[in-house]
Amino acid sequence: MRDSLIILIFFAAGVVFGVTGVLPFDISQTDIAMYALYALIFVVGFSIGNNPDIVGSFRKLNPSLALLPLCTVLGTLAASALLGLILPQRSVTETMAVGSGFAYYSLSSVIITEYKGAELGTVALIANIVREFLTLVAAPLLVRWFGTLAPMAAGGATTADVTLPVITRYSGEKYSVLSIYHGFVVDFTVPFLVTFFCSL
Amino acid sequence: MPAKLETMFVVFGFMAAGVLTGWLLRRHRAGWTGKVTMALIWLLLLILGIEVGSDRRIVESLPTLGVEAAVIALVSLLGSCLAARLLWTVVRRRENASKKEGRG
Repeated sequence: MRDSLIILIFFAAGVVFGVTGVLPFDISQTDIAMYALYALIFVVGFSIGNNPDIVGSFRKLNPSLALLPLCTVLGTLAASALLGLILPQRSVTETMAVGSGFAYYSLSSVIITEYKGAELGTVALIANIVREFLTLVAAPLLVRWFGTLAPMAAGGATTADVTLPVITRYSGEKYSVLSIYHGFVVDFTVPFLVTFFCSL
Repeated sequence: MPAKLETMFVVFGFMAAGVLTGWLLRRHRAGWTGKVTMALIWLLLLILGIEVGSDRRIVESLPTLGVEAAVIALVSLLGSCLAARLLWTVVRRRENASKKEGRG
């Protein structure tokens, strides 16, 4: 919660700088964002490669439950694609790019900004913050309506960290390993799927 | 900005290079990645904010964009929950079946 607040403060500060025009040069005309994004993706990859024992601890999982990340990804993409057909102002690939943030709002919004512009980037930022927020507040309802696995599917890429506490509380302690595994796998798909749908 | 397939491969390339470097240096567990990630994200979101703020059109449509974003969030969340419910039903049915076999 605190992290999303800091993120929003940085975004809001940027909006204020932009509206008032206090900056001496136009930062969006420079390549700073592009290089920062490449550095970010490199560091995200680095932290995955640098931590091999995460993968080792997943061997004990129920093989059927190991399919949960796939359900999260396919369910999200199918629903976003349908929505893209309905929304007049958005294409299917645009809603799918926003949907494949899976609540990982920081990374997905900056990739989308770089490739699709600030407008869709803003939509991605808000949509994925809302998804994380909904998971945090609606976890007990999701369990009642969609079963024990639903808060993990809803939490998407955040189930290994931010939303892990509510998941262990409402799905049960014994699902914490599944939740961490799920967050890890979905997290890994975000840069790939978001860039893929941006490039179509 | 034109979105090209090559930009996707550049991103994949940086990701793969990162995973490989991290794996090669796995004996030296890095504690700095979380902090660097946060700092870069803050910088990029500041820049995103500046781009949004400098564009009158986007500033004026922020309320509409917010509603649109909330709809995408809700729909994609429900889609993933429906898929999770399907998996949950299958897993429980299979567990019940194996329990009955064990008894018989």
